[in-house]
Amino acid sequence: MDENKILEEIKNILRPYVKDGALLDQATTETHILDDLKVNSARLVDVIIKCEDIFGLTIEDDEADRIRTIGDAVKLIQEKLS
Amino acid sequence: MGVAAPNGHGLEAFEKALREGRSGIRFVPQLKELNFGCQIGGIPANFEEIRKSYFDFEKLMSINDNIGFCSVSAVDAWKDAGFDLPDPDDDETVDWDTGAILGCGIGGMDTIAEKVVPTVKEGRVRRMGSRIVEQVMNSGTSARVGGLLGLGNQVTSNSAACSTGTEAIADSAWRIRHGLAKRMLAGSSEGASPFIWAGFDAMRVIARKFNDTPEAGSRPMSATANGFVPGSGGAALVLEDLETALKRNARIYAEIAGIAVNCGGQRSGGSMTAPNPEGVRRCILGALADGGIDPGEIDAINGHLTATFADPYEVKNWSRALKRDPDDFPWINSTKSMIGHCLGAAGSIESVAAVLQLYRGFLHPSINCEDIHPDIEAFTDRIPRKVLDFPGMRILAKASFGFGDVNSCIIFKKWENGKEI
Repeated sequence: MDENKILEEIKNILRPYVKDGALLDQATTETHILDDLKVNSARLVDVIIKCEDIFGLTIEDDEADRIRTIGDAVKLIQEKLS
Repeated sequence: MGVAAPNGHGLEAFEKALREGRSGIRFVPQLKELNFGCQIGGIPANFEEIRKSYFDFEKLMSINDNIGFCSVSAVDAWKDAGFDLPDPDDDETVDWDTGAILGCGIGGMDTIAEKVVPTVKEGRVRRMGSRIVEQVMNSGTSARVGGLLGLGNQVTSNSAACSTGTEAIADSAWRIRHGLAKRMLAGSSEGASPFIWAGFDAMRVIARKFNDTPEAGSRPMSATANGFVPGSGGAALVLEDLETALKRNARIYAEIAGIAVNCGGQRSGGSMTAPNPEGVRRCILGALADGGIDPGEIDAINGHLTATFADPYEVKNWSRALKRDPDDFPWINSTKSMIGHCLGAAGSIESVAAVLQLYRGFLHPSINCEDIHPDIEAFTDRIPRKVLDFPGMRILAKASFGFGDVNSCIIFKKWENGKEI
């Protein structure tokens, strides 16, 4: 799956958790999930579960802990898919 | 006030249903599939759609039945009291003067049964997600509402079985009286779930003989009462100190004149499931004394009256406590005759019914008691079987009793713009 497609998919996964949808529309790989998008940190586990379901893979806890930006998530998923 | 009752959501629909004596009890196919003895229940209609219209997708994922009934009622009550919902973009303003006591009897049992237990048993805890605790914690309702409205005073949830809703109102009123809050959102809720109702079905205390005629199933004070019909829903009332309410020109539905909460100690005939008659009488008299109300002033009683063997005892307890014989007895009706027994939600839904009747000057019919129980036959003429216009009604007593031998009683007084009545 190419990077852009993964990026768009992750944005879709994040959408219910982002109060201001415009922030997400402008988001790039540099966008910080907690600081920029203001996602409630408690909900990150739900985002991870959703990623696992959508991309058909398993994300370990320590891998999840390293995700800060959307780009981190894209990179991790791309690695796992390949 | 806000209400989500089995026979109507919103004050207008609820009042109309009460006046018409319209039952909200329906056949529940799931209960039949699960081999329940009682296959009927009171569930607010179309509520899935209703709550979707109140909350965004993100919040809905954390809102189970119980929290949904409570949150919708609380939002309705807040708006009905003349307040706007907080600006969603304002992340700073907190209303430090307003709190909430929003209880439930059983709570998030549906979430526990449908999500927690199967997921844990399958060893998939990791897949449970982040939304379980907030839905199963006992304070799940008040926590959700506190956040929705930005409340900064005490935000908590009480639990006293079927006395929960009335107790929430009593405790909220106390907090205002103590000067600790200017305003409290008081209420309660209970989900609609076979997992909540199963224990009662197993105890054989719920109606098993009316599965083919659901609307006739809830029969408080009837000779053919056959146990209560389980119900669900929620209600909330905005209580406010008089000075603050007058200052903002709030519409005042009624005054809370007297309150009392007690327990019969599970002695002298009281038990986990039955009330000590002395405890009941003390609670009623305590509320009257608290409000400086003479027993002779009571115009009407909105009873606990569930449609079990206890109804005749309750009527006689009222009579003895008030020292008023059948020929001098206040009117008495049971809202449960139309909505079933909404457990933790009962006291608050029925208090909304009580206040609406007082405010609008009517008494709703107590349905399904065309055959009054022989032990209380003498009181027959004091039970409205058709809607009764009663514009002169000034004082109405509401009581709730719950497992654990707990009691609560509130004396509501008509508000006549400060005139002594």
